[in-house]
Amino acid sequence: MLTGNLLWVLIGAILLGIAAGLNGTFAFLQKQSLVGDAAAHAALPGIAIAYLVTQQKDLPILMLGAAITSALAVYMIQWIVGNSKLKADAAIGFVLSVFFGIGIVLLTIVNQSGTGNQSGLNDFIFGKAATMAKSDLVWLSSSALLIILMCLLFFKEWKLMIFDPIFAKGIGLPVERLRILLTALTVLTIVTGIQAVGVILMAAMLIIPAAAARFWSNHLGVILVTSAFFGALSGALGTIISSVRTGLSTGPIIVLCAASLFVISYFFAPTRGFIAKSLKKKAFKQRNVVKEAANHE
Amino acid sequence: MNEFWVLLTGSLVGITCGLTGVFLILRKTAMIADAISHTVLFGIVVAFMVTQSLSGFWMLVGAAIAGLLTTFLVQLLQSGGLQEDAAIGVVFTSLFALGVLFITLFAGNVHLDVEHVLMGEIAFVPWDTWDILGFSMPKAVWMLLIVLVFNLLFLVFFYKEMKLTTFDPVFALSIGLPIVAMHYSYMTLVSLTTVAAFDSVGAVLVVAMLIGPAATAYLMSKSVIGMIVWSMAFGVMAAITGYYLAKLWNTSIAGMMAAMIGVLFMLVFLFKPHDGWIWKVFKRMKIKDTEPNIL
Amino acid sequence: MDALQVTNLSVAYEEKVVLQNVNLTTPVGHLTGIIGPNGAGKSTLIKAILNQLPNKTGAVHILERPLNPKDHLVGYVPQRNAVDWDFPANALDVVLMGRYGHIGMIRKPSAKDKQIAMECLKNVGMEAFADRSIGQLSGGQQQRVFLARALAQEAEVYFMDEPFVGVDAATERTIIAILKDLKAKGKSVFVVHHDLQTAADYFDWMILLNQTITASGPTEQTFTEDNLQEAYGGKLFFMDQTKLNKTFN
Repeated sequence: MLTGNLLWVLIGAILLGIAAGLNGTFAFLQKQSLVGDAAAHAALPGIAIAYLVTQQKDLPILMLGAAITSALAVYMIQWIVGNSKLKADAAIGFVLSVFFGIGIVLLTIVNQSGTGNQSGLNDFIFGKAATMAKSDLVWLSSSALLIILMCLLFFKEWKLMIFDPIFAKGIGLPVERLRILLTALTVLTIVTGIQAVGVILMAAMLIIPAAAARFWSNHLGVILVTSAFFGALSGALGTIISSVRTGLSTGPIIVLCAASLFVISYFFAPTRGFIAKSLKKKAFKQRNVVKEAANHE
Repeated sequence: MNEFWVLLTGSLVGITCGLTGVFLILRKTAMIADAISHTVLFGIVVAFMVTQSLSGFWMLVGAAIAGLLTTFLVQLLQSGGLQEDAAIGVVFTSLFALGVLFITLFAGNVHLDVEHVLMGEIAFVPWDTWDILGFSMPKAVWMLLIVLVFNLLFLVFFYKEMKLTTFDPVFALSIGLPIVAMHYSYMTLVSLTTVAAFDSVGAVLVVAMLIGPAATAYLMSKSVIGMIVWSMAFGVMAAITGYYLAKLWNTSIAGMMAAMIGVLFMLVFLFKPHDGWIWKVFKRMKIKDTEPNIL
Repeated sequence: MDALQVTNLSVAYEEKVVLQNVNLTTPVGHLTGIIGPNGAGKSTLIKAILNQLPNKTGAVHILERPLNPKDHLVGYVPQRNAVDWDFPANALDVVLMGRYGHIGMIRKPSAKDKQIAMECLKNVGMEAFADRSIGQLSGGQQQRVFLARALAQEAEVYFMDEPFVGVDAATERTIIAILKDLKAKGKSVFVVHHDLQTAADYFDWMILLNQTITASGPTEQTFTEDNLQEAYGGKLFFMDQTKLNKTFN
């Protein structure tokens, strides 16, 4: 039942889910979720440029191109916010749409350049995990493993950097370099995932598992593990569903699996979930009413 | 003549989005517009599934509902304790994925394909015409004109209320302005604008047109009116230059217009007298030069 | 006549109580300071009085009527840092916003509204800055613009949230002169304030607050060490007795 390639796809999707879940949690806690979205959209021109320059569609080369423009987009957002009165949301939206527009321009040129094979770059918009070549999957998996490893390695430093950067600086942590490393890793996560889930929905892989995990705990360690688990689960479920029913792009299915997990978390998570909170609010109101009644006597 | 209609459509997108976008920037809700432009797809697909038609009217209805739903869900998640950026990210990616899924499942053969949604087909605009009151004009032009009129009417009536609820919602509430109703009315307009524009130019350009010209105008203006005028002007400029460059290089018209928005922004950001980036760097260098003399 | 009457007011966010069973009455014509430590719920009290919080219980009467914005009885100065001063508007635009309640929906400001706004700017000594972008004003100037906007409301009862925070000495003097002038005209003014050194000079009525009212009444009766210790939970070691006595003698 699990043919060789599907097994590889499954492994790739799970590793990607874990990597995005871990990295996304750090981005989430830094309130940088939408920067990830912009970085993902900005990968598109990089892919097209890499192809136009090298005329090859080897994944590592395209990934390199994507990484460069993604990183450029993140840097540009910070540059605009730091040097004008424009706020972060406007800068993110601006960079995202313009980079994506340029990506479309270049992609159209690639498609019209008539180098035959249509180059398959369009797949990068929505992803095609279920039909990825094995060599690409090996790339994806090893890159995802690297990200996971880095997240485990720098867990303690990033935790401190996010919660109290001033204290972190005080005890001699290279906060700026740590921040750049984290951004670089976010870009790498995006670049790793785009062929599988596509540039538009890659942001969802970073945002949704982390946001869902936040409902389950207040401890960073627990959130990270939960987020990684949600990422892996949606990766696996999405891949299986889209391989059973051909014609469905993998990206949207993975995202919908993650979204379902989010909805479950939103309502049913203990203490921070909607139901738990409503019950607590009700109890509080009742207590208050009783108190008020007592005061009137 | 065809070229005229394409240019007119592009310019109308620039004007309408430029107008609507001003308050997106001022209210710091640019990313909600980005979200709406993605979820409008969901609204259109659902409208199609319910009515089995692709008429402009039902598309507008579906889009308006999707826009309101997006705004509402983002607010709901925020009140549930999720930070804003994550709430936006969760809502729009989920609804967009659902829209894409519905298209592949239920509307695969119709003209609603995803690439069209993303990039639009502004070059085909002149061939899809509507006759209203004896005038025959492209459907896209009609829709944009109608939405532009809505936008203008809204601002004619509620300009000062929008200004106040944007600048100081707490004060606005204290004098009894209905700030929640204002917010949702405005987001409905954003949705309508999005859908009218995105049928011809695609989701990407809509976001670029909503945010880019207004962001550029924000750097230029000292008053809201001034910002509106600049924003519309930048929108039109980007549309026209983008069209001709796309023709020259034989590439995506919508994509090129988005790219031109980027160019215009960068020109202002870098070169605007007094607070442009280059100007600032220059000033900093001057200060450094004179420093030794002071010492 | 009572300017403000609050009965059994409570506010809670989720499980955190911010205000508990606040009861107070203040007659018309006083300059009232709302005093209390950080987190005592001073700003929350104002917001609750102005009906801006959905999660409140209890009743509020202003001039012995339930609050109705259409009566134009209330003027409001929110905290200065609650707004984005990069907003593209000039000082006169902002003051004109104080007229919006009188103008009503849809209609445009008239020449008379503009004239009133200009006079209010003059009152706070800012008429020369009418055309200046608000982003280019200093903190003190921005605060004066906010005060001018409240004056333009031509209200009977004013609520001001921390108007003295981050302003220069000249502005502080201007503001307090205007507040005293309002009082002289029979208006009632409520000011959230946290500087105990100046409080007794500025205000003739006090509300001491820490989640609930610890004391409220004329300054001579309420601004005592015992009451302050109670409001500040005994953490008032930075203020010495002599200074407190000096303020009263």
